Amino acid sequence: METVNAIELRNITKRFGSVVANDSVNLTLKRGEILSLLGENGSGKTTLMNMLGGIYFPDEGEIFVDGKPASIKSPKDSFNYGIGMIHQHFKLVDVFTAAENIVLGLEGEKGKLDRVSIRNAVQEIADKYGFDIDPDQKIYDMSVSQKQTVEIVKVLYRGADILILDEPTAVLTPQETEKLFTVMQNMKRDGKAIIIITHKLHEVLSVSDRVAVLRKGKYIGSVNTKEATQQSLTDMMVGRSVSLNIDRPVNPDKSDRLIIENLTVRDKEGVKKLDNVSFTAFGGEILGVAGVAGSGQKELLEAIAGIQKVETGSSVTYVPPEGASSQLCGMAPIDIIRNGIFLSFVPEDRFGMGLVGSMNIIDNIRLRTYREGPGPIVDSARSTALAKQIVDDLEVVTPDIDRTPIRRLSGGNVQKVLVGREIASNPTVLLTAYAVRGLDINTSHTIYNLLTQQKMKGVAVIYVGEDLDVLLELCDRILVLCGGQVSGIVDAHNVTKEEIGLLMTTVEGRGASS
Amino acid sequence: MNQEKKIPLIRLAKRDGVQPTTGWLIRIASIIVALLLGCLIIMITGANPFEAYATMVDGALGSEVFVRQTVKIAIPLLGCALAIAPCFKMRFWNIGAEGQITAGALAATFVARLLTGSVPSIVLLIMMALAAIIGGGIWGLIPGFFKAKWNTNETLFTLMMNYIIIGVVAWLQIGPWQARQGRMAQFHSDAILPKVAGVHCGWIVVLILVVIIYFYMNHTKQGYEISVIGDSLNTARYAGMNVGYIMMRTMFLSGAICGLVGFLVASGANGTLSSNIANGVGFTSITVAWLSQLNAFVMIVISFMLAILTKGADTLQTSMNVPVSISNIIIGLLLFCMLGCEFFINFRMIFRSKHHEKEVGKNG
Repeated sequence: METVNAIELRNITKRFGSVVANDSVNLTLKRGEILSLLGENGSGKTTLMNMLGGIYFPDEGEIFVDGKPASIKSPKDSFNYGIGMIHQHFKLVDVFTAAENIVLGLEGEKGKLDRVSIRNAVQEIADKYGFDIDPDQKIYDMSVSQKQTVEIVKVLYRGADILILDEPTAVLTPQETEKLFTVMQNMKRDGKAIIIITHKLHEVLSVSDRVAVLRKGKYIGSVNTKEATQQSLTDMMVGRSVSLNIDRPVNPDKSDRLIIENLTVRDKEGVKKLDNVSFTAFGGEILGVAGVAGSGQKELLEAIAGIQKVETGSSVTYVPPEGASSQLCGMAPIDIIRNGIFLSFVPEDRFGMGLVGSMNIIDNIRLRTYREGPGPIVDSARSTALAKQIVDDLEVVTPDIDRTPIRRLSGGNVQKVLVGREIASNPTVLLTAYAVRGLDINTSHTIYNLLTQQKMKGVAVIYVGEDLDVLLELCDRILVLCGGQVSGIVDAHNVTKEEIGLLMTTVEGRGASS
Repeated sequence: MNQEKKIPLIRLAKRDGVQPTTGWLIRIASIIVALLLGCLIIMITGANPFEAYATMVDGALGSEVFVRQTVKIAIPLLGCALAIAPCFKMRFWNIGAEGQITAGALAATFVARLLTGSVPSIVLLIMMALAAIIGGGIWGLIPGFFKAKWNTNETLFTLMMNYIIIGVVAWLQIGPWQARQGRMAQFHSDAILPKVAGVHCGWIVVLILVVIIYFYMNHTKQGYEISVIGDSLNTARYAGMNVGYIMMRTMFLSGAICGLVGFLVASGANGTLSSNIANGVGFTSITVAWLSQLNAFVMIVISFMLAILTKGADTLQTSMNVPVSISNIIIGLLLFCMLGCEFFINFRMIFRSKHHEKEVGKNG
């Protein structure tokens, strides 16, 4: 007997205004199958999945669940069809326990909350698939990976047998990823159907049975994972052959640029986010910073840039290529600019910090230099020229530079504008936080090349990243943060992913919690 | 399980940016809807709505004298809307324009009482204007300072500041500065603004302000800073802006313009100071600023429109015995419709098409 597809999409089209996000997409998912959905940014993966999740409704086309036509108008509908979505951003209540979060919003028996039976049911699911979960643990005590586990158990508890995971590994260490994949295999064996969205090709190859590729909203095709290679998948995704190697030339001319000593930062609650961090960043080098999300990466960069308040005793000494060195601690960003220190910063939060989402490209380009030029009037000729140059040099796709709010551009183009602006100021120090987060392979490589160019010009580049493969290929040295402490600085040429993964979770034999 | 296949009757889709003309057409349509709703309200009072609207327009624009009076109402509305626009752009909710007007008028009156007779009229008027600018500016600066230093809630702070200064003027009015029956003396003619085209020359001042504010908000470094802060505080800090200082500077500017408006009203329109000198202008101007999308030139149209409604409502009461509060209801409806129409500017509605339903029938 022919097996019925768990999900079948026929000619699904979704438009946003004049943009066609999905153009007559066909997709099938069988029971007991792990399907990877692959595509560059803006290729319509998330839109497509959101139509299964009940967040969007397709303009055209049909969805079949278990062979029957389905109309998914809301997340609740999606749920009734047994579809469970695990989003990138967790939707959990911090002060509740895992079990409480799992039953949140379920009706259950009227007026009763039977903690014992819920607990047992949760434990049963955990044992069945090999989840590591403590039903009584509060969410705020959990690591990112544990929170993700709660999200997955939540949809399983509610009876989902079709799971959609949107970039689940972006926030995990290699070891945690390994664990997740084991669980996914267990679920598959139990007959669940799973769709996983990920940008990391080696993960696609190791976990999935089949790969479906989208390009610019169109369904390109699907291949059995066994018959695919990283190169063949990339070519399908991009539509032409691309090189996957990151060029790593060595700049022989290295000199001290930033000497960081005893840098300590506390957050508003007084918790140490950075604890006595000391290291030196050299000009002519890319220093990678690795660590589980929230290990102090953000605070480290913001402290150097003068945005984050630091504790007394902290010291960040800036050694310019020529001239006297100066102390950056205690300097506000404006002081850093006024002292002629060329420090560029590509922050993690593009619209919350690096750019003004409602403004056009020109206005965003002048964000750090708008003071230049005499008088009270903004020098628009200069920023217009620079905007044009950045758009041309970095091939930014945009309808115009003086009208469209930058928020409307795709993630890759937004990032190109941001990185382009920061590099245009001829920095001597370039700080980047997750510079390629959410970008496709092509754009990512553009960014890597730009950073390497800066390194060869003698700039001290600090690259905070989450993809260890990239860190290993791009950087000269890698600094690993764990719980706000430096757990090691390693030579990127002679280290394995596993070694870094281990450093990410332990500080000199001590546990991650401090 | 819900296996029934249905397409929702109405779906919403985000527009990817509308043409400015389409946007304004939708806004104009919303004004028409508001006026039609106003018809219903007028009918409840027993009057003929078309007759009522005609009376209102006639009462506001029917003769040269009426037009002058309407312009006189529009002047402070426009001036004040211009004053609060930079604050609102910065997402600093200054609802203290009322108090800043009063503070400006108070400072101007103080100078008028002090210097009348000892300096020529033109010098006196300039001194009064400067005093009003400083007085209003300080009244705006205080909440700005507290917001910058201790992150106090500016909405409550500016609101409370209104009551303080209005209370001070009320006290002066029945106390030290009382002339007769709880009123202050009229200004000497030296302290009264000259008229141009039959209306006090404040209308020229506010029209110049329109150009200045438009330029300030769109082309200056300070205007740029205000826009960035309004979008994201962290971005402003990242760009090296001193957010606290910029907030204080903008609040001083806003208060200063309000103060100047207070001077225009005291010296130009009323010829004296009283505790109700602001007369709700500080609040109505929020409507003007908001309906104009903070565009200085559009504010001219909106403030004049509200002035017509206000003036027209007066006539309506005298000639048709319809209560003045009708105009307030219509203004409220206008605000409601115009703010509501932003939804239709941002979203597009898609109705379930017949074609689609047929398809559903076939498959379902």
